[in-house]
Amino acid sequence: MDQQTVLDEVVSSEYKYGFTSNIEQELLPKGLNHDVIRFISAKKNEPEWMLEWRLKAYEQWLTMKEPTWPNVDYPPVDFQDIIYWAAPKKKPELNSLDEVDPEILATFEKLGIPLEEQKVLAGVAVDVVLDSVSVKTTFQEKLAELGIIFCPISEALETHPELVRKYIGTVVPTNDNFYSALNSAVFSDGSFVYIPKGVRCPIELSTYFRINARNTGQFERTLIIADEGSYVSYLEGCTAPQRDENQLHAAVVELIAHDRAEIKYSTVQNWFPGDKDGKGGIYNFVTKRGICAGVDSKISWTQVETGSAITWKYPSVILKGDNSIGEFYSVAVTNNKQQADTGTKMIHIGRNTRSRIVSKGISAGVSQNSYRGLVKVLPVAQGARNFSQCDSLLIGDACGAHTFPYLEVANSSAIVEHEATTSKIGEDMLFYCNQRGIDTEAAVALIVNGYAREVLNQLPMEFAVEAQKLLAISLEGSVG
Amino acid sequence: MTPLLQITNLRASIDDREILKGIDLTVNPGEVHAIMGPNGSGKSTLASVLAGREDYTVTGGSVLFQGKELLELSPEERSREGLFLAFQYPVEIPGVSTANFVKTAVNEVRKHRGEEPLEPAAFLALMRERMALVEMDPSFLQRSLNEGFSGGEKKRNEIFQMAMLDPVVAVLDETDSGLDIDALRIVASGVNALRRPNNATVVITHYQRLLDHIVPDFVHVLWNGRIVRSGDKSLALELEQRGYDWLKQEASVEA
Ligand SMILES: Nc1ncnc2c1ncn2[C@@H]1O[C@H](COP(=O)(O)OP(=O)(O)O)[C@@H](O)[C@H]1O
Ligand SMILES: [Mg+2]
Repeated sequence: MDQQTVLDEVVSSEYKYGFTSNIEQELLPKGLNHDVIRFISAKKNEPEWMLEWRLKAYEQWLTMKEPTWPNVDYPPVDFQDIIYWAAPKKKPELNSLDEVDPEILATFEKLGIPLEEQKVLAGVAVDVVLDSVSVKTTFQEKLAELGIIFCPISEALETHPELVRKYIGTVVPTNDNFYSALNSAVFSDGSFVYIPKGVRCPIELSTYFRINARNTGQFERTLIIADEGSYVSYLEGCTAPQRDENQLHAAVVELIAHDRAEIKYSTVQNWFPGDKDGKGGIYNFVTKRGICAGVDSKISWTQVETGSAITWKYPSVILKGDNSIGEFYSVAVTNNKQQADTGTKMIHIGRNTRSRIVSKGISAGVSQNSYRGLVKVLPVAQGARNFSQCDSLLIGDACGAHTFPYLEVANSSAIVEHEATTSKIGEDMLFYCNQRGIDTEAAVALIVNGYAREVLNQLPMEFAVEAQKLLAISLEGSVG
Repeated sequence: MTPLLQITNLRASIDDREILKGIDLTVNPGEVHAIMGPNGSGKSTLASVLAGREDYTVTGGSVLFQGKELLELSPEERSREGLFLAFQYPVEIPGVSTANFVKTAVNEVRKHRGEEPLEPAAFLALMRERMALVEMDPSFLQRSLNEGFSGGEKKRNEIFQMAMLDPVVAVLDETDSGLDIDALRIVASGVNALRRPNNATVVITHYQRLLDHIVPDFVHVLWNGRIVRSGDKSLALELEQRGYDWLKQEASVEA
């Protein structure tokens, strides 16, 4: 099969911007067709139903069009110019970090997130996804004692196919949108989490995603199920090396919370945003959705978005169970030529369901930052409540902040409140800080972290600290 | 003895309009100077130029701060060297607690002096002690800087920050305006408590009443970008009785 051609020379070349690690890669030629999907599925030893599911999604995708409604502007993506499969050649089964390929460790070191440090971070299990295949999973044994499953989704397809089959595509149907259809057809890997009834996951589950192969679209697939009365906090964080070509990322994340279960999903996203002229950044077109399927359940999304050239992302909650709660806390930073169109959807179906939206946009440079949010209350959703707070902070005169709130309320007992503010980091504020010995860069960091505090407070402690630094770094050089 | 502040023929303009037209002022250690003058005469401009606000262009003259050229330094360097400005209109910073703001400022100054950051416990104790100087309740530490503070509370917060930063020269721009008589007394006693033989205070004010509490060694009248008269504290009393018009007329005749 010529799809199996390994393009070693692509992998080993050096780039003008940033670096690529030399882990041996296996790449398909560019382009997408039925054979590519069969290849991916076969590579992963998937059951027949999974292949059929992928092929059906592919058929759907062929009939769909790229959405044009987001407030972002970019050259058309050539989907035949993307490599849909890249994996480290060896997929080692490792019990300790010492067994990890030293090349991988070196890559993380360059990124400033050495694995060694993560191991020491008490109470954090790390599932490292390098490119498309998970290379390392830690803390698994401890979790296994509690009956918790936390593994790459490709592994879950082998060890717990019935669970994957039961839930995959139930929250985000394959044909939900153009990118979810594409992801369903070609998804490479991602995380799978199952928390059994009544179990409180004792550690933060965390996954570091990396994009590390040239021209390789990333199609992560994450599925998290919290069974009755369980609790889990999951953190996803990303960085990528600089590069000089646009890279498409279209992930799908599905969350399912049963009766009285709670899922807290936090994201710190700092993919390469492109250089000052916007060249080379990541395209991040993500579908994230959770369902509060059971009574008294709760799903909470927290995101700190600082990276990507273009972000198109609306982590949402379907509030189906009575008394269920959906939350969305977001800080989205855009600088230079970045564009972000992000927000949430809260769909109230159950009785006495509540949702809370806190969105903090920060725009600098010549960037464009849009909040787009839908609060929908169905006729049956007696006693629904929503509170939305959408704030925009502008740095400089050349950037844009936009707010698109949509309300569809079909039950007169609903109480829906929306507040919005726009403010600016003015000369007065900066001069005041300067006069107290605080230079402009530190002043911007201080002001921005103050502005974003309500959201940062939602993050697990150690990540809140990381996120604070990230906000400061993202806005370096944005003033003066 | 090196003056703490030596201003010589300082000229500054904004949008090509000259506002300061040649200011001379020398401030020695231990002294309190009052600068008075009608609205629009350039008092806040002088304070801003000293602090390094970029809106203004210095077109001539020099300022020596403890013998060093002040005008070459950035605003933050001036602050770290020991120049403090209590703002006529303090700004609000939402989400940044007063404690966090003051801690950041103090640690910048300490870093500049080659000192380690203060331990959290020692810092808190110091903040409480200095807040007491201006009778500020410690609950303000957790509130966003100046947000929702009354006019008087903002001014007290300025003096609290001054107490934390322990400046060499403090310039107080109309710290008394908008204060009732009790708040005025509190602010003034805070300022007096910080007076030492090796620092100095420049008080910008409209009113004699502040000078009953912070007694100046010298009083200067600024009008139309120039110091048109200097004297001792009796000048302030004279201004209180006679207003500024007689000085304006004298200055016009001389000019
Ligand atoms: N930022 C500015 N832009 C334009 N004019 C200014 C600015 N700041 C001060 N001025 C002008 O400079 C003059 C002096 O103002 P100011 O220094 O505030 O006086 P004072 O503090 O003595 O009342 C006034 O005529 C004022 O309008
Ligand atoms: Mg003034």
